[in-house]
Amino acid sequence: MEQHAILQVENLQKHFPIKSGLLAPGGKRTVKAVDGVSFSLERGKTLGLVGESGCGKSTTGRMIARLMDPTAGRIMVDGVDISQLRGKDLYHFRRKVQMIFQDPFASLNPRQSIGTAIAAPMVAQKITPPGGLKNRVKELLEQVGLKAEHYNRFPHEFSGGQRQRVGIARAISLNPSVIVCDEPVSALDVSVQAQVVNLLQEIQQDTGVSYIFIAHDLSVVRHISDEVAVMYLGKMVEQGSRDELFAGPRHPYTRALLSAVPLPDPRQARAQEKIRLRGDLPSPANPPSGCVFRTRCPLFGTLGEEQRQLCIDVVPAPAVAGSPACHHTALAGPLAAGVQ
Amino acid sequence: MTQSQSSPTAVAASAPQPDSAPKPTTAPQATKTGAFLEVRNLSVKFPTDDGVVAAVNGMDFTLERGQTLGIVGESGSGKSVTSQALMGLLKGTSAQVTGEAIFQGRDLVTLPESGMRRLRGRNIGMIFQDPLSALHPFYTVGHQIAEAYLVHNKATKKQARAAAVDMLGRVGIPSPDMRFDEYPHHFSGGMRQRAMIAMALICEPELLIADEPTTALDVTVQAQILDLMSELQQETNSALILITHDLGVVAEVCDNVLVMYGGQCVESGPVDEIFYDTRHPYTLGLLKSMPTLTTKSGRLNPIPGQPPSLLALPQGCIFSARCEHAALAGDGVCASQRPQFTSEDGHGTRCHLGLPQILSIRNSR
Amino acid sequence: MIRFILRRTGSLFLLLVAVSFITFTLFQFGPADPASAACGQECTPERVQEARVALGMDQPFLVQYVEYMRGLFSSRLIGAPGAESLCQWPCLGKSFQTNENVSDIIARSLPYTVSMAIGALVLWTLSGVGLGLLAALRKGSATDKFIVGAASVGVSLPIPVTGLFLLLVFVNQFHLLPFTTNEINSPFGPQGPWAWVLNYLLPWIALAVLFSASYIRVTRTNMIETFGEDFIRTARAKGLAPRTVTFKHGVRAGITPVVTMLGMDIGLLLGGAVLTEQIFSVPGLGFTAVRAAVSGDLPVTMAITMLAAFFVIVANVVVDLAYAAIDPRVRLQ
Repeated sequence: MEQHAILQVENLQKHFPIKSGLLAPGGKRTVKAVDGVSFSLERGKTLGLVGESGCGKSTTGRMIARLMDPTAGRIMVDGVDISQLRGKDLYHFRRKVQMIFQDPFASLNPRQSIGTAIAAPMVAQKITPPGGLKNRVKELLEQVGLKAEHYNRFPHEFSGGQRQRVGIARAISLNPSVIVCDEPVSALDVSVQAQVVNLLQEIQQDTGVSYIFIAHDLSVVRHISDEVAVMYLGKMVEQGSRDELFAGPRHPYTRALLSAVPLPDPRQARAQEKIRLRGDLPSPANPPSGCVFRTRCPLFGTLGEEQRQLCIDVVPAPAVAGSPACHHTALAGPLAAGVQ
Repeated sequence: MTQSQSSPTAVAASAPQPDSAPKPTTAPQATKTGAFLEVRNLSVKFPTDDGVVAAVNGMDFTLERGQTLGIVGESGSGKSVTSQALMGLLKGTSAQVTGEAIFQGRDLVTLPESGMRRLRGRNIGMIFQDPLSALHPFYTVGHQIAEAYLVHNKATKKQARAAAVDMLGRVGIPSPDMRFDEYPHHFSGGMRQRAMIAMALICEPELLIADEPTTALDVTVQAQILDLMSELQQETNSALILITHDLGVVAEVCDNVLVMYGGQCVESGPVDEIFYDTRHPYTLGLLKSMPTLTTKSGRLNPIPGQPPSLLALPQGCIFSARCEHAALAGDGVCASQRPQFTSEDGHGTRCHLGLPQILSIRNSR
Repeated sequence: MIRFILRRTGSLFLLLVAVSFITFTLFQFGPADPASAACGQECTPERVQEARVALGMDQPFLVQYVEYMRGLFSSRLIGAPGAESLCQWPCLGKSFQTNENVSDIIARSLPYTVSMAIGALVLWTLSGVGLGLLAALRKGSATDKFIVGAASVGVSLPIPVTGLFLLLVFVNQFHLLPFTTNEINSPFGPQGPWAWVLNYLLPWIALAVLFSASYIRVTRTNMIETFGEDFIRTARAKGLAPRTVTFKHGVRAGITPVVTMLGMDIGLLLGGAVLTEQIFSVPGLGFTAVRAAVSGDLPVTMAITMLAAFFVIVANVVVDLAYAAIDPRVRLQ
C-alpha cells in the first residue's frame, strides 16, 4: 500500500440496467460501463485515463467525483472510502474532489456573472475565505490568467479558452485534493489548448493538487500525465508510468491506439508502425466473451487454436501497473497490418 | 493497408453496368485552362446584424488531379467556408462570394445554381464532419446513396441499388446488400462515415472535398477512414481537398498544405516543407504549441492571445496582434500593412519578415 | 406493434374509467340538483324524492357509478322501481331532461361536430402548413414578415370575434352565404356535398383562422430549423433538385411536430367546439354538452365528456403510430 496515494480505486464497477418494455419480459440485463477498474494516484501527480468513446473513462471520472453512484468497488480518498457516502458526509466530501468539464458553460447560468459563478461552490459549502468572498474570487480570476475586472462579466463575453479558465477557477476554489478533468481541452483550438494545459500544470505545481486527466487525445495525455491507464469496453487493459507505457506499450490495444495517432511530422508518420484495428467497437450491451478485445485484436489472428480458445473462454486479469490485461503479452511481436 | 475486406477490383468487375451512363469526365476543351482547379482571390463575406463578417479574404491556390491538398486552420479561420464556397453551397444565402474558382474550365463562383447542381455529386463530391447529422435520419443508408447515383445517371432503381451496394462494399462495409436497407442510426460512427464516403464517390467525382471527415471519430477509426480515403483516391486518381484542424492528419495524408488564419492563406507548400522548412510565424507557433507523442515534455509554447474577430479585422497583418516577432519587421509595418502573399518554388507565405529573419526565429527555439 | 396497440388500449380503458369517475364525482358534489329541476313548478319535498328515486339518485354514490358503468357493457333497466324502462346497450343512461337515450342524443349531435371538424381541419392544415413552409423558404423576406404578422393577429383573435365578424359580413351584409342550418349534417345528404360545404364554410373559416395561425408558426420554426440541418446540406451536395431537397428531405423531417399538433387538435375538436357551435348555432356535441351541463343533465354531460376523452386518447395513439411511420428511429414497444 502506497502511503502517498491520495486516491485509490479498487475494483470499481458501474452497471446500467437495460430498459425493457413495461410488459416485455426483459429480465435484468445490464451494460457494464465500468467493470472492475483499479488504480491509485499519488499526491501532486496526474493520471491520464485514455480510451475511445464508450470505454467507460468518463463514467469512471464521474464516479470518483461522486456525480454518479458506483455499483460496486471502493474509492478511497485520503484513506476514506467515499463510494457509499450519503447526505451530510457526501456534502462535506465535495470539497475534496472537483471536476472540470469539456464545456464548463453548459453548466453555467448565462444570466449569472462570472464572479457569482466562481463563488458558487464556496457559497454552497458555506465557506467564508479570509478577506471576503469577492476578494477570493478576484484572486482566483488572476490565478487562472483572467483579470479581476472580469468579475462582473457574463459567460457569453468569453472565448472558449477563457471559459475553460473560469471552469478551472471554480474547480480550485475549494482547494480540492483531486480534480477530475473530463476532456478539458478537447473543444479548444491547438494554440489555445496549450495555454490551458500550461495553466493546469502551473496550478498543480503551486497547490499540489492531483489530476485525473480524461482525454482521447493521446499527445496531450502524454504531455501532462505521470501515470497512464488505458480502458477498453469498461475494462482496464493496461496501466503504467507514462514513459513506460508510451515507449513500450505491451497490450495489443494500446499499441494499436498509439500507432493510430496521426503524428504532426510527415517523415515519422511515414516510418511509423501502423497497426490497423478491424471493424468497430462491439456493443457494450453484448461484449465478447473472455477477452473483450479479441474481436478486434491484431494478435488474435496470429494465434494457435489453443491460444485462441484461451482468449475466448477466459477473462484476462484486470491490468495493474506493469501487467496488461492480455493472455499473450509475451507473444506481441510485430503487429503492423502490413505484416499479416 | 486497411482491413477492408472486399477487394475493390473484384467487386468492381462484378458490378452491373447501367446501359446509358457515360459520364463526361472533362469540361469543354476550349475553355480548359492549365490547372484542374485554380482559385484566385476568393473572398466570402456574410452580412449580419452586427456588421459584415469577413470569413474568407482573398484565397489563392491550385490543385491538380491525383493530389491531396490539406487546408489547416483553427476555428474561424475560414477553412470550412472556403469549401462551401467551392461547392456552391453558399448560393442562395446572404453570403457574398467574390473572386474566381476555375474548375475544369468553369468558374464555380459565377456558375448559376442550376449549373452548379449538375457538378455537385457528379464532378465534385463532399464529405462532412459529423456523419450522423449529415445523413438523413428517415431514409435508409442505401436509399440515400442510390439517390445520389440516380440524380446524375440515367438508371433504373435496380441499377442504382446495385451500384450503391457495390460502392458500400468498396468502402469496406461488410454484407453491403443487407446494410443497404438499414437506417443511419443502425450504423456505428465509422460505418456512417464510410457510407458518407460511398455517397460522395458513387458518381466517381474528379474532386472530393472532405470537411473534417474524421474529427467526430475515435483515433483507431480515424486511421481506418484516412486509409480508405487515400486508397480510393489513388484508385480513381481524383483530387482531394482535406480540411482539418489536425496537423497530424495533414502530415499523414497530404501532398500539399495550405495554412489558414483569419480567412487568409498564410503559408502554403509541399507537406515536408511546411513541417521542416516552416516560413510563417503562425505555422511555427502552431507546430510549437502542439504536444506530440515524441517531444520532450515540459511547458508547452502556446500562441498568446485569441484569434481575431472577423467582424473587425486589423488593418495590417491579421496575425500581427498575436505575433511575437512583429517588432523584427520594423516601422510598425506589421500593424499597418497587409503583407502580400509571395511564393517561391511552390512554397509561399504572407509575412513581412524576410527569409533570413524567419530562419533566425526558427533556429532560436 | 400489436403489443403496443394492446397496451395503449389497456391504458385507454383505465383513463376512461378515471375521467368518468372524476366527472361523476364533480356532479355529485356540484351545485346542480337534477331532481328538483326535473320535478317542475309545483314541487313538494315528496315529489322531489320521487324524482330522485326515478333518476336513481337515492342510491349511494358508488352504487350509482358502478350501475352507470355497467351500461357500457350491457343493457340495463332505468327508472323508479316498477316503472323501469330498458336502456339498450351501449347504455349511457337517459337524459334527465327529456328521458331520451343518451346514445341517441350523441348519435344525433356527432355528425354536426364531425362535419365542422373535418372541413376546418383540412382548411387550417393546408393554409397553416403551406404558409408556414412558404415563410420558412423565404425567411427574412417581406412575404415572411407578412405571414408571421398575420399569424400573430390570427392567433389572438378569439372565435366569437372572428365568428361574429364573418356572420356579419357574409350573411347579414352581403348575403353571400346562408346562415348555418341544422338540416345539413353530412355531405351525403339529399342536398348534396356542395350545400354541405356552403353550410359549414363560415365555422370552418372561423376555426381555421384561429388554428392555422399556430400551425404557421410551428411549421415555420421547424422548417427553418430543418433547412439548417446538416442532412439538407448533404442533399444539396449530392446535386439534388431544390424541390427534392425541400420536400423529400426537408418537409418530411420538419413536419413531425405538426403531426403531433394535428392529432391533439383533431381529438379536441371531435369532443365539440363549444364556442364555435354556440355562435353558429350548430347542435353538435359541444352545444349539447353546454346545455346539459347548465341544466344538470348528468348522463348527457358524462357521456360527452367521456367521448371527448376517448377521442383525445385515440388521437394520441394515432399520433404515436404516425410518428413511427414517419421516423424509423421511433420504435413502438
